[in-house]
Amino acid sequence: MNETTPVKAADDATGDLFSKFDELIQTRETLLSSGIEDPYNLVMEKVLSPTRAICNGRDTILLGTYNYMGMTFDDDVVSAGKQALDEFGSGTTGSRVLNGTYQGHKECEDALKEFYDMDHAMVFSTGYQANLGIISTIAGKGDYVVLDIDSHASIWDGCAMGNAEIVPFKHNDIEAMEKRLKRIPEGAKVLVVLEGVYSMLGDVAPLKEMVRIAKSHGAMVLVDEAHSMGFIGENGRGVCEEQGIIDDCDFIIGTFSKSVGTVGGFCVSNHPKFDIMRLVCRPYVFTASLPPSVVATAATSIRKLQHGSNKRAHLWENSKRLHGGLIDLGFELGTSEPQSAIVAVIMPDLTQGAMMWEALLKEGLYVNLARPPATPANMTLLRCSLCAEHSSEEVETVLGMFERAGKTVGII
Amino acid sequence: MDRSAIDQSIRALIEPFNKKGVEIVDATTFANDLEFDSLTVMDFVAAIEDEFDIIISMNQQAEIENYGQLVDAVLKMQGE
Repeated sequence: MNETTPVKAADDATGDLFSKFDELIQTRETLLSSGIEDPYNLVMEKVLSPTRAICNGRDTILLGTYNYMGMTFDDDVVSAGKQALDEFGSGTTGSRVLNGTYQGHKECEDALKEFYDMDHAMVFSTGYQANLGIISTIAGKGDYVVLDIDSHASIWDGCAMGNAEIVPFKHNDIEAMEKRLKRIPEGAKVLVVLEGVYSMLGDVAPLKEMVRIAKSHGAMVLVDEAHSMGFIGENGRGVCEEQGIIDDCDFIIGTFSKSVGTVGGFCVSNHPKFDIMRLVCRPYVFTASLPPSVVATAATSIRKLQHGSNKRAHLWENSKRLHGGLIDLGFELGTSEPQSAIVAVIMPDLTQGAMMWEALLKEGLYVNLARPPATPANMTLLRCSLCAEHSSEEVETVLGMFERAGKTVGII
Repeated sequence: MDRSAIDQSIRALIEPFNKKGVEIVDATTFANDLEFDSLTVMDFVAAIEDEFDIIISMNQQAEIENYGQLVDAVLKMQGE
C-alpha cells in the first residue's frame, strides 16, 4: 500500500466522518494536480448579457447556462424586480403559510395558472423543493412511485424523503414502465414520475405513449418540465403540450431558474383538492418564501414567455445548427438529432473531458462539464445549452472554438 | 418453485453480470463481492422481475445485501 494508508487509518480511528469522501478528494486532487483549471470553481466576475460574461478574467460566450429564453436582462423583467424591491423590501422573512405570502406571490401563481391554463398553482422557493415536497407528500406508505432511472436528483430525493415503494425503470423504456405497472399489487395507488426533457443528454421522453399507459393503469402522472418550459410546445408549456397530453398530466413541476430566468419552483394541477398541499407539504411550509423582487421578475417573465414564439423559433434554429455543426466536425453527441435546447457532447473520459473543457474556456467559451454520478452510464459530457439570445453568428463562432479545441486535445 | 429451483434460475440470470466470475454462495454480496454499480443493479433486478413476474422495489432491494437473501426474498414473493 502507499503512504496515505496510515493517515486514513488514523482518520478512521479518530472517528472522522469525512473519511468516506477520501476517494473523491483523491480523484479531484489528481485532476487538479495536472494543472487544469478547476471546472467546479469558476467565477463570473461580470455578466454582460444572457450570453456573455467575464469568467476568470476572460470575455466568454455562455453556452452552459439554463437561460434558454434569455430573460435575465429583459427590461420589463428587471424593472419589475426593482419596483418590487422598492415597494416590498428585500425579503419576506417568513413561510408562505404565515407572513410570507405577498401580493406578488399571488400574482406569480396567477401568471402560472394562465400560462398552463390550469386551476391551481403553488410556488416553492426552488424547483428542487417543488419535486421534493410534492413527491414525498402525495406518495405515502403503501403507495408506489414508478420513475425513470435517469430522473433528476430532486425527484430521487423526493422519493427518499417519502415512505412509498420506489420502482425505477430503464430510461425512456415504455415497455419496462408498463411491465412494472402491471405487477403492482391490485388496489395500490401509483404515481408515475416522468420528465419532458432529460437534462444530461437533452433527450425528450415519449410522453404521449407513457402517459396513456400510466393512465390506463389508473396511475396519477407527474411530469417535470424544467428544461422545456418556455421553449417546447406551441405556448411553451413543455413536452406534454407538444405531444398533446397536457390534460392527462395530474401535476406539472417546473422551475423559475431556467427559461424564466430567476429562482424558484412550482407545481400546477387541475386536481380539485390541490390546495391542501399548502398545509401538508413540509418543503413548502418550513422555509421562507421567495423575496418579492424574485416573484415579481418571475411573474413578468412568465407573462412574456407566453408570447415568445419568435424567440422559440430562433432557439430551435440555434439548436439545429449547433447539433448539425458538431456532428459534421466529428463529435459524438447524446442524441442523433436535436431534441431540445441541450446538446450534449460525449467525451472519451473525465481527463480528456476536463482538458477539452479548459481548452474551450481559453477559447472564450463556457460549457457545463458533467460527470458521474450526475450522468447516465458513467459518461463524461460537455453539455451545451443554447439561448434564444445567441445570435446565428455566435453559434458559428462556437463551432470554430469547438473545432480548434477538439483538435488541440485530440478528440476529433 | 422451491428454493433450489429459484436458486438455479437466479444463478443463470446472474451469469452475464458476474464479469469477474466470482464464486456465488449465499454469503456473496452484490456491492462488495460482485461490485455491482447502480445501473447493473437495475438491469439485474429487471431480469429477475421479468423471470418471476414480481416487483422488487428499491425499498426491498435495500434489505437485500447478499445472494442468499435475494433467493429468500424471491421465494417469499413467489408465495404471495
